[in-house]
Parts: sequence; structure tokens; C-alpha cells
Amino acid sequence: MVESYLLYVVAPIIAVSLFIIFLRFLKGPEMYDRVISSDLVITSGIGLIGVFSIYYNDSIFLDVATVLAVVAFLSTIAFAYYLDQTNKNKKK
Amino acid sequence: MITDIIIMVLCTLGAIFILIASLGIYRMPDFYTRLSVTVKASTMGVGFILIAAMIYFHDFSVTTKIISIIFFLYITSPVAAFMISKTAYKRGIELWEDSVIDELKDTDFMEEIHKKNHKKTGQH
Repeated sequence: MVESYLLYVVAPIIAVSLFIIFLRFLKGPEMYDRVISSDLVITSGIGLIGVFSIYYNDSIFLDVATVLAVVAFLSTIAFAYYLDQTNKNKKK
Repeated sequence: MITDIIIMVLCTLGAIFILIASLGIYRMPDFYTRLSVTVKASTMGVGFILIAAMIYFHDFSVTTKIISIIFFLYITSPVAAFMISKTAYKRGIELWEDSVIDELKDTDFMEEIHKKNHKKTGQH
């Protein structure tokens, strides 16, 4: 009951939202839009991993969710720092 | 049976939050309004789905793992949003034309940043 509901209702909703976020990733006029859309793709992937850990009845997937949460935060911080430094060099 | 219903309701709420966030990041007119949407998905949507997984497994190690993930997401996503928005404002990404207030416009935010950079490099 729970497994079929998750597979046929919840996972398609998250998949459609991942597709819409990827459209913004392709469309985004500035680099900042691409950075936050890739951050949102990773965050939605954490939700998808949570759904699949319930579906397969296996809690080992949640380790992957932990690593992905760290990677999302560090990549956003690194991109902010990188764009900040390139901005400074251009003004000099 | 009741736990099944609770799990389904929580997963549906989380999926709907993620869907709203994706529609928001596609339809919003401005970088800053798009940025305000991403934090909702990472806190409410993923939080509901992980709480559903916590109820499903009802195991101590899984509960500890999920609480650590939710705590990390709640701490870090506003920090990341603040960092990227500060960089974007310094770079000169424009606000939406119907924005009501721009609190950094009248302050000496940019001049303070330039002063700090000059102090660090030792130039005048």
C-alpha cells in the first residue's frame, strides 16, 4: 500500500519538479540562477532518496543523503566565493 | 494502518512543497525572489519526507541520522542563500522593477566593502 503509493504518486511529482528545475538551469540568464538551481536539484534529490529508502525498505540510502546535503552547502559557498573573487579582479 | 496513513500524508506534503518550489524557481521574475523559494523546498519539503522515513523505520540509528540531516539542512540553507545573494548584490544583479523596498540601496554597503578591500591590500 505505502510502497505502491510512493512509487506511483510521490516519486513522479518529485521527478516532474526536478525536470522543471532543470529547465530553469538551462534557461537561467545569469550564473547565479544556475548555481541556485543546481543547489535545488541536489536538495530535491535528497527528498527522492528519502522516498526510495522507504520504497526499498533500506536505510543505507540515508548515508548518501547526508553526503549530498554537505556537498550542496559546500558547492554553493564555493561558487559564491569564486564569483566574489572574479568580481574583485575585474574591478581592478 | 495509521502509520501508513501518516507516512503517505507526510510524503505527499513534502512532494507538494518541492513541486511548489520548482514552479516558483521557474516562474518568479527576479533572482532574489527565485532565491527565496529554494529555502522553502530544502526546509519544509525535505523535512516532511525525512520525518516520514523516520516514522517508517522507527529505529534509533535511523532516527539519529535523519535528525542530523534535518538539523544540517536547517542550519546551512539560509547561510548559503545569504552568501550567494550578497555576492549577487555586489555584482549588480538588478531587482524586479515592482520591488517595494531595497534596504541596501541608501546605505554605504558598497563603499564599506571597497574600504575593507583597500585595507586588506594596503592601498589607499
